[in-house]
Amino acid sequence: MAVKKLGLKQRYAHMTRGLDWETTYQPMDKVFPYDKFEGIKIKDWSAWEDPFRLTMDAYWKFQAEKERKLYAVLDAFAQSNGQTKISDGRYVNALKLFLTGVSPLEYQAHRGFAWAGRHLRGVGPRVASQMQSLDELRHFQTQAHTISQYNKYFDGIAEFRHMHDRVWYLSVPKSFFDDARSAGPFEYMIAVGFSFEYVLTNLLFVPFMSGAAYNGDMSTVTFGFSAQSDESRHMTLGIEVIKFLLEQHPDNLPIVQKWVDKWFWRGHKVLGLVGMMMDYMLPKKVMSWREAWDIYFVEAGGSLFQDLARYGLRPPKYSDVATAEADHVSHQIWATFYQYCHAAAFHTWIPDREHMDWLSEKYPTTFDKYYRPRWEMWAEMEKQGKRFYNMALPQLCQTCQVPMLYTEPGNPETICFRHSKFKGDTYHFCSDGCKDVFDGEPEKYVQAWLPVHQIYQGACGGPTVPDVLAYYRMNVGADNMDYVGSPDEKLWMSWQAGAVKAAE
Amino acid sequence: MAQVASLTLLHNDDARPIIEAILADNPGVRVLDMPGCVKLDRDMELVVNRASVEERLGRTWDPQEIHLVLVSMAGNLDEDDDRFLVGWKH
Repeated sequence: MAVKKLGLKQRYAHMTRGLDWETTYQPMDKVFPYDKFEGIKIKDWSAWEDPFRLTMDAYWKFQAEKERKLYAVLDAFAQSNGQTKISDGRYVNALKLFLTGVSPLEYQAHRGFAWAGRHLRGVGPRVASQMQSLDELRHFQTQAHTISQYNKYFDGIAEFRHMHDRVWYLSVPKSFFDDARSAGPFEYMIAVGFSFEYVLTNLLFVPFMSGAAYNGDMSTVTFGFSAQSDESRHMTLGIEVIKFLLEQHPDNLPIVQKWVDKWFWRGHKVLGLVGMMMDYMLPKKVMSWREAWDIYFVEAGGSLFQDLARYGLRPPKYSDVATAEADHVSHQIWATFYQYCHAAAFHTWIPDREHMDWLSEKYPTTFDKYYRPRWEMWAEMEKQGKRFYNMALPQLCQTCQVPMLYTEPGNPETICFRHSKFKGDTYHFCSDGCKDVFDGEPEKYVQAWLPVHQIYQGACGGPTVPDVLAYYRMNVGADNMDYVGSPDEKLWMSWQAGAVKAAE
Repeated sequence: MAQVASLTLLHNDDARPIIEAILADNPGVRVLDMPGCVKLDRDMELVVNRASVEERLGRTWDPQEIHLVLVSMAGNLDEDDDRFLVGWKH
Protein backbone atom coordinates (compact mmCIF):
# COMPACT_ATOMS: atom_id res chain seq x y z
CA MET A 1 0.00 0.00 0.00
CA ALA A 2 1.30 3.43 -0.93
CA VAL A 3 2.26 5.67 1.99
CA LYS A 4 -0.15 8.61 2.17
CA LYS A 5 1.57 11.94 1.68
CA LEU A 6 1.25 14.54 4.41
CA GLY A 7 -1.17 17.38 3.69
CA LEU A 8 0.06 20.94 3.42
CA LYS A 9 -1.01 21.84 6.94
CA GLN A 10 0.76 18.86 8.53
CA ARG A 11 3.82 19.30 6.33
CA TYR A 12 4.08 22.93 7.34
CA ALA A 13 3.69 22.07 11.02
CA HIS A 14 6.49 19.51 10.80
CA MET A 15 8.75 21.92 8.96
CA THR A 16 8.29 24.86 11.31
CA ARG A 17 7.23 23.77 14.79
CA GLY A 18 9.59 22.92 17.59
CA LEU A 19 12.53 24.67 15.99
CA ASP A 20 12.87 27.13 18.83
CA TRP A 21 14.31 26.56 22.26
CA GLU A 22 14.48 28.20 25.67
CA THR A 23 17.91 29.71 26.13
CA THR A 24 19.92 28.56 29.14
CA TYR A 25 23.23 30.48 29.04
CA GLN A 26 21.30 33.74 29.17
CA PRO A 27 17.76 34.39 30.42
CA MET A 28 15.20 34.76 27.62
CA ASP A 29 14.42 38.33 28.68
CA LYS A 30 18.01 39.31 27.98
CA VAL A 31 18.02 37.58 24.61
CA PHE A 32 14.74 39.30 23.66
CA PRO A 33 14.97 42.61 25.48
CA TYR A 34 12.40 44.60 23.48
CA ASP A 35 9.21 42.54 23.39
CA LYS A 36 7.81 43.56 26.79
CA PHE A 37 8.24 47.32 27.27
CA GLU A 38 5.35 48.21 24.98
CA GLY A 39 2.93 46.52 27.36
CA ILE A 40 1.81 43.79 24.96
CA LYS A 41 1.04 40.54 26.74
CA ILE A 42 1.65 37.21 24.97
CA LYS A 43 0.57 34.03 26.73
CA ASP A 44 1.26 31.48 24.02
CA TRP A 45 3.54 32.18 21.07
CA SER A 46 2.74 28.77 19.56
CA ALA A 47 -0.83 29.97 18.89
CA TRP A 48 0.60 31.96 15.97
CA GLU A 49 -0.85 30.72 12.70
CA ASP A 50 0.80 31.49 9.39
CA PRO A 51 -1.97 30.97 6.87
CA PHE A 52 0.34 30.93 3.87
CA ARG A 53 2.26 27.94 5.17
CA LEU A 54 5.18 28.76 2.95
CA THR A 55 8.33 26.86 3.84
CA MET A 56 11.75 28.31 3.13
CA ASP A 57 12.46 26.00 0.19
CA ALA A 58 9.14 26.90 -1.46
CA TYR A 59 9.88 30.56 -0.77
CA TRP A 60 13.22 30.41 -2.60
CA LYS A 61 11.68 28.52 -5.49
CA PHE A 62 8.89 31.05 -6.06
CA GLN A 63 11.07 34.10 -5.52
CA ALA A 64 13.67 32.82 -8.00
CA GLU A 65 10.93 32.31 -10.57
CA LYS A 66 9.63 35.86 -10.02
CA GLU A 67 13.13 37.29 -10.46
CA ARG A 68 13.74 35.37 -13.70
CA LYS A 69 10.52 36.73 -15.15
CA LEU A 70 11.20 40.27 -14.02
CA TYR A 71 14.73 40.45 -15.37
CA ALA A 72 13.65 38.99 -18.72
CA VAL A 73 11.23 41.92 -19.02
CA LEU A 74 13.85 44.47 -17.92
CA ASP A 75 16.25 43.15 -20.57
CA ALA A 76 13.58 43.30 -23.25
CA PHE A 77 12.63 46.82 -22.18
CA ALA A 78 16.22 48.06 -22.40
CA GLN A 79 16.92 46.26 -25.68
CA SER A 80 13.82 47.65 -27.34
CA ASN A 81 14.38 51.19 -25.97
CA GLY A 82 11.11 50.97 -24.09
CA GLN A 83 11.65 54.41 -22.58
CA THR A 84 10.87 55.95 -25.99
CA LYS A 85 7.49 54.21 -26.14
CA ILE A 86 5.82 55.43 -22.96
CA SER A 87 2.65 57.52 -23.24
CA ASP A 88 4.37 60.90 -22.66
CA GLY A 89 7.61 62.29 -21.26
CA ARG A 90 5.68 63.70 -18.29
CA TYR A 91 5.04 60.18 -17.07
CA VAL A 92 8.67 59.76 -15.95
CA ASN A 93 8.11 62.34 -13.22
CA ALA A 94 5.90 59.87 -11.38
CA LEU A 95 8.82 57.41 -11.47
CA LYS A 96 11.17 60.07 -10.09
CA LEU A 97 8.87 60.63 -7.14
CA PHE A 98 8.51 56.88 -6.69
CA LEU A 99 12.27 56.22 -6.68
CA THR A 100 13.16 59.14 -4.42
CA GLY A 101 10.18 58.78 -2.09
CA VAL A 102 9.09 55.14 -2.01
CA SER A 103 12.00 52.86 -2.95
CA PRO A 104 14.12 53.93 0.03
CA LEU A 105 11.14 52.95 2.20
CA GLU A 106 11.45 49.43 0.85
CA TYR A 107 14.98 49.41 2.16
CA GLN A 108 13.80 50.78 5.51
CA ALA A 109 11.19 48.02 5.62
CA HIS A 110 13.93 45.46 4.94
CA ARG A 111 15.87 46.75 7.94
CA GLY A 112 12.73 47.03 10.06
CA PHE A 113 11.57 43.46 9.48
CA ALA A 114 15.07 42.11 10.04
CA TRP A 115 15.03 43.86 13.41
CA ALA A 116 11.47 42.87 14.35
CA GLY A 117 12.21 39.29 13.31
CA ARG A 118 15.24 39.22 15.56
CA HIS A 119 13.37 40.63 18.54
CA LEU A 120 10.06 38.80 18.52
CA ARG A 121 10.15 35.78 20.77
CA GLY A 122 7.90 33.46 18.76
CA VAL A 123 9.26 31.37 15.92
CA GLY A 124 6.20 31.88 13.64
CA PRO A 125 6.44 35.68 13.33
CA ARG A 126 10.22 35.44 13.16
CA VAL A 127 10.13 33.24 10.06
CA ALA A 128 7.51 35.46 8.44
CA SER A 129 9.49 38.60 9.29
CA GLN A 130 12.64 37.09 7.85
CA MET A 131 10.90 36.36 4.55
CA GLN A 132 9.42 39.83 4.45
CA SER A 133 12.81 41.38 5.20
CA LEU A 134 14.26 39.57 2.18
CA ASP A 135 11.30 40.58 0.03
CA GLU A 136 11.73 44.24 0.88
CA LEU A 137 15.41 44.16 -0.02
CA ARG A 138 14.45 42.57 -3.34
CA HIS A 139 11.91 45.34 -3.93
CA PHE A 140 14.45 48.07 -3.35
CA GLN A 141 16.98 46.41 -5.63
CA THR A 142 14.55 45.68 -8.46
CA GLN A 143 13.14 49.21 -8.33
CA ALA A 144 16.61 50.76 -8.51
CA HIS A 145 17.54 48.40 -11.38
CA THR A 146 14.36 49.13 -13.30
CA ILE A 147 14.48 52.89 -13.00
CA SER A 148 18.23 52.98 -13.78
CA GLN A 149 17.24 52.53 -17.42
CA TYR A 150 15.36 55.86 -17.24
CA ASN A 151 18.29 57.46 -15.44
CA LYS A 152 20.33 57.10 -18.64
CA TYR A 153 18.02 59.61 -20.32
CA PHE A 154 15.99 61.65 -17.82
CA ASP A 155 16.93 64.12 -15.06
CA GLY A 156 16.09 64.04 -11.37
CA ILE A 157 16.88 60.36 -10.78
CA ALA A 158 20.62 59.97 -10.24
CA GLU A 159 20.83 61.31 -6.67
CA PHE A 160 17.74 59.58 -5.31
CA ARG A 161 19.42 58.10 -2.25
CA HIS A 162 21.12 61.37 -1.28
CA MET A 163 17.91 63.31 -1.82
CA HIS A 164 15.74 60.95 0.22
CA ASP A 165 17.56 61.95 3.42
CA ARG A 166 17.50 65.69 2.72
CA VAL A 167 14.90 67.09 0.33
CA TRP A 168 11.96 68.81 2.04
CA TYR A 169 9.02 66.79 0.67
CA LEU A 170 10.87 63.47 0.93
CA SER A 171 10.98 63.88 4.69
CA VAL A 172 7.26 63.02 4.63
CA PRO A 173 7.71 59.35 3.62
CA LYS A 174 11.11 59.14 5.33
CA SER A 175 9.77 60.29 8.68
CA PHE A 176 6.96 57.73 8.47
CA PHE A 177 9.47 54.90 8.44
CA ASP A 178 11.87 56.56 10.88
CA ASP A 179 8.91 56.76 13.25
CA ALA A 180 7.99 53.09 12.73
CA ARG A 181 11.55 51.82 13.02
CA SER A 182 12.21 53.71 16.23
CA ALA A 183 9.16 52.11 17.86
CA GLY A 184 9.11 48.72 19.59
CA PRO A 185 8.76 45.49 17.59
CA PHE A 186 5.01 45.10 18.12
CA GLU A 187 4.24 48.67 17.16
CA TYR A 188 6.44 48.26 14.09
CA MET A 189 4.44 45.19 13.07
CA ILE A 190 1.14 47.05 13.48
CA ALA A 191 2.54 50.17 11.74
CA VAL A 192 4.06 48.50 8.72
CA GLY A 193 2.66 44.96 8.69
CA PHE A 194 -0.94 45.84 9.42
CA SER A 195 -1.70 49.52 8.79
CA PHE A 196 0.58 50.06 5.85
CA GLU A 197 0.66 46.66 4.15
CA TYR A 198 -2.87 45.52 4.77
CA VAL A 199 -4.90 48.68 4.91
CA LEU A 200 -3.03 51.08 2.63
CA THR A 201 -0.47 49.45 0.33
CA ASN A 202 -3.05 48.52 -2.32
CA LEU A 203 -3.63 52.21 -2.88
CA LEU A 204 -0.01 52.62 -3.80
CA PHE A 205 0.74 49.53 -5.80
CA VAL A 206 -2.40 48.38 -7.53
CA PRO A 207 -3.83 51.47 -9.27
CA PHE A 208 -0.44 53.11 -9.70
CA MET A 209 1.18 50.04 -11.25
CA SER A 210 -1.86 49.44 -13.37
CA GLY A 211 -1.30 53.06 -14.44
CA ALA A 212 2.28 52.21 -15.39
CA ALA A 213 0.90 49.43 -17.59
CA TYR A 214 -1.54 51.82 -19.19
CA ASN A 215 1.20 54.35 -19.87
CA GLY A 216 3.39 51.85 -21.71
CA ASP A 217 5.92 51.36 -18.92
CA MET A 218 6.38 47.62 -19.20
CA SER A 219 9.37 47.56 -16.86
CA THR A 220 7.72 49.39 -13.97
CA VAL A 221 4.49 47.46 -14.13
CA THR A 222 6.53 44.27 -13.98
CA PHE A 223 8.55 45.24 -10.91
CA GLY A 224 5.42 46.69 -9.37
CA PHE A 225 3.36 43.56 -9.70
CA SER A 226 6.34 41.35 -8.91
CA ALA A 227 6.73 43.27 -5.64
CA GLN A 228 3.00 43.21 -5.09
CA SER A 229 2.93 39.40 -5.40
CA ASP A 230 5.02 39.39 -2.20
CA GLU A 231 2.65 41.95 -0.76
CA SER A 232 -0.18 39.42 -0.45
CA ARG A 233 2.02 37.45 1.90
CA HIS A 234 2.84 40.65 3.79
CA MET A 235 -0.83 41.53 4.09
CA THR A 236 -1.48 38.10 5.52
CA LEU A 237 1.28 38.63 8.06
CA GLY A 238 -0.24 42.00 8.96
CA ILE A 239 -3.70 40.62 9.58
CA GLU A 240 -2.26 37.66 11.48
CA VAL A 241 -0.29 39.99 13.76
CA ILE A 242 -3.34 41.96 14.74
CA LYS A 243 -5.53 38.91 15.32
CA PHE A 244 -2.79 37.24 17.35
CA LEU A 245 -2.26 40.26 19.61
CA LEU A 246 -5.99 40.73 20.15
CA GLU A 247 -6.53 37.05 20.92
CA GLN A 248 -3.63 36.79 23.33
CA HIS A 249 -4.82 39.19 26.03
CA PRO A 250 -7.66 41.70 26.50
CA ASP A 251 -5.16 44.27 27.82
CA ASN A 252 -3.65 44.43 24.33
CA LEU A 253 -6.77 45.96 22.77
CA PRO A 254 -6.32 49.62 23.86
CA ILE A 255 -2.64 49.56 22.91
CA VAL A 256 -3.36 48.07 19.50
CA GLN A 257 -6.25 50.48 18.91
CA LYS A 258 -4.01 53.45 19.61
CA TRP A 259 -1.44 52.14 17.11
CA VAL A 260 -4.09 51.46 14.48
CA ASP A 261 -5.42 55.00 14.87
CA LYS A 262 -1.95 56.52 14.71
CA TRP A 263 -0.59 54.52 11.79
CA PHE A 264 -3.68 54.83 9.70
CA TRP A 265 -3.42 58.59 9.99
CA ARG A 266 0.34 58.67 9.37
CA GLY A 267 -0.13 56.46 6.30
CA HIS A 268 -3.01 58.54 5.00
CA LYS A 269 -0.79 61.63 5.04
CA VAL A 270 2.04 59.88 3.17
CA LEU A 271 -0.39 58.57 0.56
CA GLY A 272 -1.45 62.09 -0.39
CA LEU A 273 1.64 61.99 -2.62
CA VAL A 274 0.24 58.91 -4.37
CA GLY A 275 -3.09 60.65 -4.85
CA MET A 276 -1.26 63.41 -6.67
CA MET A 277 0.59 60.90 -8.86
CA MET A 278 -2.66 59.24 -9.88
CA ASP A 279 -4.73 62.36 -10.51
CA TYR A 280 -2.11 64.67 -12.00
CA MET A 281 1.06 62.84 -13.05
CA LEU A 282 -0.15 59.87 -15.12
CA PRO A 283 -0.80 61.07 -18.69
CA LYS A 284 -3.25 58.19 -19.20
CA LYS A 285 -5.36 57.60 -16.13
CA VAL A 286 -6.70 54.35 -14.73
CA MET A 287 -8.83 55.63 -11.89
CA SER A 288 -8.97 58.70 -9.70
CA TRP A 289 -7.61 58.85 -6.18
CA ARG A 290 -11.19 59.14 -4.97
CA GLU A 291 -12.17 55.92 -6.76
CA ALA A 292 -9.10 54.09 -5.48
CA TRP A 293 -9.85 55.27 -1.94
CA ASP A 294 -13.42 54.02 -2.19
CA ILE A 295 -12.38 50.59 -3.45
CA TYR A 296 -9.37 50.03 -1.25
CA PHE A 297 -10.21 51.86 1.91
CA VAL A 298 -13.97 52.27 2.15
CA GLU A 299 -14.89 48.86 0.74
CA ALA A 300 -11.87 46.67 1.57
CA GLY A 301 -11.09 48.45 4.85
CA GLY A 302 -14.78 48.33 5.75
CA SER A 303 -14.86 44.54 5.33
CA LEU A 304 -11.69 44.18 7.36
CA PHE A 305 -12.79 46.32 10.31
CA GLN A 306 -16.19 44.63 10.32
CA ASP A 307 -14.28 41.37 10.80
CA LEU A 308 -12.03 42.79 13.54
CA ALA A 309 -15.01 44.23 15.43
CA ARG A 310 -15.40 40.81 17.08
CA TYR A 311 -12.26 41.65 19.07
CA GLY A 312 -13.62 45.05 20.07
CA LEU A 313 -11.40 46.89 17.59
CA ARG A 314 -13.08 49.82 15.86
CA PRO A 315 -12.14 51.44 12.53
CA PRO A 316 -9.28 53.94 12.78
CA LYS A 317 -10.13 57.29 14.36
CA TYR A 318 -10.65 60.04 11.76
CA SER A 319 -11.16 57.55 8.93
CA ASP A 320 -14.32 59.53 8.12
CA VAL A 321 -12.20 62.70 7.87
CA ALA A 322 -9.70 60.94 5.61
CA THR A 323 -12.50 59.67 3.37
CA ALA A 324 -13.91 63.19 3.01
CA GLU A 325 -10.41 64.53 2.27
CA ALA A 326 -10.08 62.17 -0.70
CA ASP A 327 -11.98 64.79 -2.74
CA HIS A 328 -9.33 67.42 -2.01
CA VAL A 329 -5.85 66.09 -1.23
CA SER A 330 -4.50 65.46 -4.72
CA HIS A 331 -5.53 68.95 -5.90
CA GLN A 332 -4.06 70.68 -2.88
CA ILE A 333 -0.76 68.82 -3.05
CA TRP A 334 -0.17 69.20 -6.80
CA ALA A 335 -0.93 72.91 -6.45
CA THR A 336 1.74 73.10 -3.76
CA PHE A 337 4.34 71.40 -5.94
CA TYR A 338 3.40 73.70 -8.81
CA GLN A 339 4.25 76.69 -6.58
CA TYR A 340 7.49 75.12 -5.34
CA CYS A 341 8.74 73.32 -8.45
CA HIS A 342 11.95 75.38 -8.35
CA ALA A 343 12.84 73.33 -5.25
CA ALA A 344 11.57 69.91 -6.39
CA ALA A 345 13.49 67.18 -8.20
CA PHE A 346 10.69 66.52 -10.67
CA HIS A 347 8.74 68.64 -13.11
CA THR A 348 5.25 70.07 -12.74
CA TRP A 349 2.71 71.35 -15.24
CA ILE A 350 -0.73 72.87 -15.38
CA PRO A 351 -3.35 70.29 -16.36
CA ASP A 352 -4.62 70.92 -19.87
CA ARG A 353 -8.30 71.33 -20.72
CA GLU A 354 -8.93 67.63 -21.38
CA HIS A 355 -7.23 66.72 -18.11
CA MET A 356 -9.28 69.30 -16.19
CA ASP A 357 -12.49 67.94 -17.70
CA TRP A 358 -11.51 64.49 -16.47
CA LEU A 359 -10.92 65.94 -12.99
CA SER A 360 -14.34 67.66 -13.11
CA GLU A 361 -15.96 64.35 -13.97
CA LYS A 362 -14.13 62.48 -11.20
CA TYR A 363 -14.53 65.22 -8.60
CA PRO A 364 -17.96 66.67 -9.38
CA THR A 365 -18.41 68.34 -6.00
CA THR A 366 -14.98 69.92 -5.62
CA PHE A 367 -12.88 70.39 -8.74
CA ASP A 368 -14.83 73.04 -10.64
CA LYS A 369 -15.76 74.87 -7.48
CA TYR A 370 -12.40 75.08 -5.73
CA TYR A 371 -9.55 73.97 -7.96
CA ARG A 372 -10.23 74.68 -11.63
CA PRO A 373 -10.36 78.47 -11.12
CA ARG A 374 -6.94 78.40 -9.53
CA TRP A 375 -5.41 76.46 -12.46
CA GLU A 376 -7.04 78.81 -14.94
CA MET A 377 -5.67 81.82 -13.09
CA TRP A 378 -2.16 80.37 -12.97
CA ALA A 379 -2.38 79.46 -16.67
CA GLU A 380 -3.34 83.07 -17.43
CA MET A 381 -0.44 84.35 -15.33
CA GLU A 382 1.94 82.07 -17.22
CA LYS A 383 0.65 83.45 -20.50
CA GLN A 384 1.44 86.97 -19.28
CA GLY A 385 4.95 85.89 -18.35
CA LYS A 386 4.19 86.00 -14.63
CA ARG A 387 4.50 82.34 -13.76
CA PHE A 388 3.74 82.13 -10.02
CA TYR A 389 6.42 80.75 -7.68
CA ASN A 390 5.99 80.72 -3.93
CA MET A 391 9.30 81.90 -2.50
CA ALA A 392 8.42 81.61 1.22
CA LEU A 393 9.45 78.44 3.00
CA PRO A 394 6.31 76.69 4.23
CA GLN A 395 5.45 75.91 7.82
CA LEU A 396 5.51 72.13 8.32
CA CYS A 397 3.35 69.86 10.43
CA GLN A 398 5.43 68.59 13.36
CA THR A 399 4.06 65.07 12.95
CA CYS A 400 3.61 64.23 9.26
CA GLN A 401 6.00 66.95 8.01
CA VAL A 402 3.65 67.89 5.17
CA PRO A 403 3.55 71.67 4.62
CA MET A 404 0.46 73.25 6.14
CA LEU A 405 -1.53 73.06 2.93
CA TYR A 406 -4.57 71.04 3.95
CA THR A 407 -7.89 72.68 4.64
CA GLU A 408 -10.33 72.40 7.51
CA PRO A 409 -12.65 69.38 7.48
CA GLY A 410 -15.83 70.60 5.81
CA ASN A 411 -14.36 73.96 4.83
CA PRO A 412 -11.98 73.84 1.87
CA GLU A 413 -11.42 77.60 1.89
CA THR A 414 -9.58 77.73 5.22
CA ILE A 415 -6.19 76.20 5.96
CA CYS A 416 -6.31 73.83 8.93
CA PHE A 417 -4.01 74.72 11.84
CA ARG A 418 -3.71 72.98 15.20
CA HIS A 419 -1.13 73.40 17.93
CA SER A 420 0.03 71.90 21.22
CA LYS A 421 2.25 73.20 24.01
CA PHE A 422 5.02 71.01 25.32
CA LYS A 423 7.64 72.13 27.87
CA GLY A 424 7.02 75.76 27.06
CA ASP A 425 7.28 75.44 23.27
CA THR A 426 4.45 75.54 20.74
CA TYR A 427 4.22 72.84 18.07
CA HIS A 428 2.09 73.09 14.93
CA PHE A 429 -0.03 70.49 13.13
CA CYS A 430 -1.98 70.15 9.92
CA SER A 431 -4.86 68.19 11.43
CA ASP A 432 -6.49 66.80 14.55
CA GLY A 433 -5.06 63.39 13.65
CA CYS A 434 -1.48 64.67 13.61
CA LYS A 435 -2.03 66.63 16.83
CA ASP A 436 -3.31 63.47 18.54
CA VAL A 437 -0.25 61.52 17.44
CA PHE A 438 2.04 64.20 18.85
CA ASP A 439 0.09 64.51 22.10
CA GLY A 440 0.40 60.74 22.58
CA GLU A 441 4.22 60.84 22.49
CA PRO A 442 5.49 64.43 22.53
CA GLU A 443 8.98 63.38 23.67
CA LYS A 444 9.38 61.54 20.39
CA TYR A 445 8.03 64.12 17.95
CA VAL A 446 9.82 67.16 19.37
CA GLN A 447 12.93 65.51 17.93
CA ALA A 448 11.58 65.53 14.37
CA TRP A 449 14.06 66.65 11.67
CA LEU A 450 11.90 69.25 9.97
CA PRO A 451 13.47 70.38 6.69
CA VAL A 452 12.34 74.00 6.92
CA HIS A 453 13.56 74.37 10.51
CA GLN A 454 16.85 72.80 9.50
CA ILE A 455 17.27 75.27 6.64
CA TYR A 456 16.68 78.17 9.01
CA GLN A 457 19.13 76.68 11.50
CA GLY A 458 21.78 76.65 8.78
CA ALA A 459 22.02 72.86 8.63
CA CYS A 460 21.24 72.56 4.89
CA GLY A 461 24.11 74.13 3.01
CA GLY A 462 23.42 77.80 3.62
CA PRO A 463 20.82 80.53 3.83
CA THR A 464 19.79 80.96 0.17
CA VAL A 465 17.74 78.74 -2.14
CA PRO A 466 20.75 77.96 -4.39
CA ASP A 467 22.73 76.90 -1.29
CA VAL A 468 19.99 74.53 -0.25
CA LEU A 469 19.54 73.10 -3.74
CA ALA A 470 23.28 72.47 -3.93
CA TYR A 471 23.03 70.65 -0.60
CA TYR A 472 20.23 68.55 -2.12
CA ARG A 473 22.57 67.86 -5.12
CA MET A 474 19.87 69.16 -7.38
CA ASN A 475 20.97 69.82 -10.95
CA VAL A 476 19.34 73.24 -11.20
CA GLY A 477 17.66 73.93 -14.52
CA ALA A 478 17.40 70.23 -15.34
CA ASP A 479 16.01 68.37 -12.33
CA ASN A 480 13.66 71.13 -11.18
CA MET A 481 11.14 73.62 -12.69
CA ASP A 482 8.33 73.10 -15.17
CA TYR A 483 8.19 70.20 -17.61
CA VAL A 484 7.59 72.64 -20.43
CA GLY A 485 11.01 73.96 -21.41
CA SER A 486 12.92 71.26 -19.53
CA PRO A 487 15.71 69.12 -21.02
CA ASP A 488 13.37 66.14 -20.45
CA GLU A 489 10.76 67.71 -22.69
CA LYS A 490 13.34 68.54 -25.35
CA LEU A 491 14.56 64.94 -25.35
CA TRP A 492 11.03 63.57 -25.52
CA MET A 493 10.13 65.86 -28.42
CA SER A 494 13.24 64.76 -30.30
CA TRP A 495 12.23 61.11 -29.87
CA GLN A 496 8.74 61.91 -31.10
CA ALA A 497 10.10 63.79 -34.11
CA GLY A 498 12.42 60.85 -34.82
CA ALA A 499 9.48 58.44 -34.69
CA VAL A 500 7.47 60.60 -37.08
CA LYS A 501 10.42 60.85 -39.47
CA ALA A 502 10.96 57.08 -39.41
CA ALA A 503 7.29 56.52 -40.21
CA GLU A 504 7.33 58.83 -43.22
CA MET B 1 -22.72 46.19 4.11
CA ALA B 2 -21.68 42.76 2.83
CA GLN B 3 -18.03 42.07 3.39
CA VAL B 4 -16.08 41.69 0.17
CA ALA B 5 -13.61 38.87 -0.37
CA SER B 6 -11.23 39.67 -3.20
CA LEU B 7 -8.30 38.42 -5.25
CA THR B 8 -6.37 40.55 -7.73
CA LEU B 9 -4.38 38.59 -10.29
CA LEU B 10 -2.04 39.49 -13.11
CA HIS B 11 -3.72 39.55 -16.48
CA ASN B 12 -1.34 37.15 -18.19
CA ASP B 13 -1.16 33.66 -19.60
CA ASP B 14 -0.11 32.06 -16.31
CA ALA B 15 -3.07 33.54 -14.47
CA ARG B 16 -5.72 32.92 -17.12
CA PRO B 17 -6.66 29.35 -16.06
CA ILE B 18 -6.88 30.55 -12.45
CA ILE B 19 -9.12 33.47 -13.42
CA GLU B 20 -11.34 31.12 -15.46
CA ALA B 21 -11.55 28.63 -12.58
CA ILE B 22 -12.60 31.42 -10.22
CA LEU B 23 -15.27 32.65 -12.63
CA ALA B 24 -16.63 29.11 -12.98
CA ASP B 25 -16.62 28.19 -9.29
CA ASN B 26 -17.83 31.38 -7.62
CA PRO B 27 -21.39 32.36 -8.53
CA GLY B 28 -21.97 36.10 -8.36
CA VAL B 29 -18.29 37.00 -8.70
CA ARG B 30 -17.71 40.57 -9.90
CA VAL B 31 -14.88 41.47 -12.26
CA LEU B 32 -12.98 44.75 -12.31
CA ASP B 33 -10.66 44.90 -15.32
CA MET B 34 -7.65 47.15 -14.93
CA PRO B 35 -4.67 47.52 -17.26
CA GLY B 36 -2.32 44.67 -16.40
CA CYS B 37 -4.45 43.05 -13.72
CA VAL B 38 -7.93 41.91 -12.86
CA LYS B 39 -9.71 42.24 -9.51
CA LEU B 40 -12.26 39.54 -8.65
CA ASP B 41 -14.72 40.35 -5.87
CA ARG B 42 -17.44 38.33 -4.20
CA ASP B 43 -19.49 38.78 -1.07
CA MET B 44 -18.04 36.89 1.91
CA GLU B 45 -15.95 34.24 0.16
CA LEU B 46 -13.86 33.53 -2.93
CA VAL B 47 -12.26 30.18 -3.69
CA VAL B 48 -9.68 28.84 -6.14
CA ASN B 49 -10.04 25.07 -6.54
CA ARG B 50 -6.99 23.08 -7.55
CA ALA B 51 -9.06 20.62 -9.60
CA SER B 52 -10.69 23.41 -11.62
CA VAL B 53 -7.37 25.02 -12.41
CA GLU B 54 -5.82 21.68 -13.37
CA GLU B 55 -8.72 20.92 -15.67
CA ARG B 56 -8.03 24.12 -17.59
CA LEU B 57 -4.27 24.00 -17.36
CA GLY B 58 -3.89 20.37 -18.43
CA ARG B 59 -1.27 19.59 -15.79
CA THR B 60 -1.00 19.24 -12.03
CA TRP B 61 -1.11 22.58 -10.21
CA ASP B 62 0.00 23.36 -6.69
CA PRO B 63 -2.22 26.06 -5.13
CA GLN B 64 0.93 27.75 -3.84
CA GLU B 65 1.82 28.54 -7.46
CA ILE B 66 -0.73 31.31 -7.12
CA HIS B 67 2.09 33.32 -5.48
CA LEU B 68 3.55 33.91 -8.95
CA VAL B 69 0.53 35.82 -10.22
CA LEU B 70 -1.22 37.13 -7.11
CA VAL B 71 -1.26 40.92 -6.86
CA SER B 72 -3.50 41.50 -3.87
CA MET B 73 -6.19 39.96 -1.71
CA ALA B 74 -8.82 40.76 0.86
CA GLY B 75 -10.15 38.31 3.42
CA ASN B 76 -8.81 35.79 5.86
CA LEU B 77 -6.80 33.18 4.01
CA ASP B 78 -7.29 29.46 4.28
CA GLU B 79 -5.06 27.37 2.11
CA ASP B 80 -4.57 23.63 1.79
CA ASP B 81 -3.60 21.11 -0.89
CA ASP B 82 -6.90 21.34 -2.73
CA ARG B 83 -7.90 24.97 -2.62
CA PHE B 84 -6.94 28.57 -1.88
CA LEU B 85 -9.73 30.47 -0.14
CA VAL B 86 -10.17 34.05 1.07
CA GLY B 87 -13.22 35.01 3.08
CA TRP B 88 -14.79 36.58 6.10
CA LYS B 89 -16.76 33.57 7.42
CA HIS B 90 -15.84 32.10 10.78
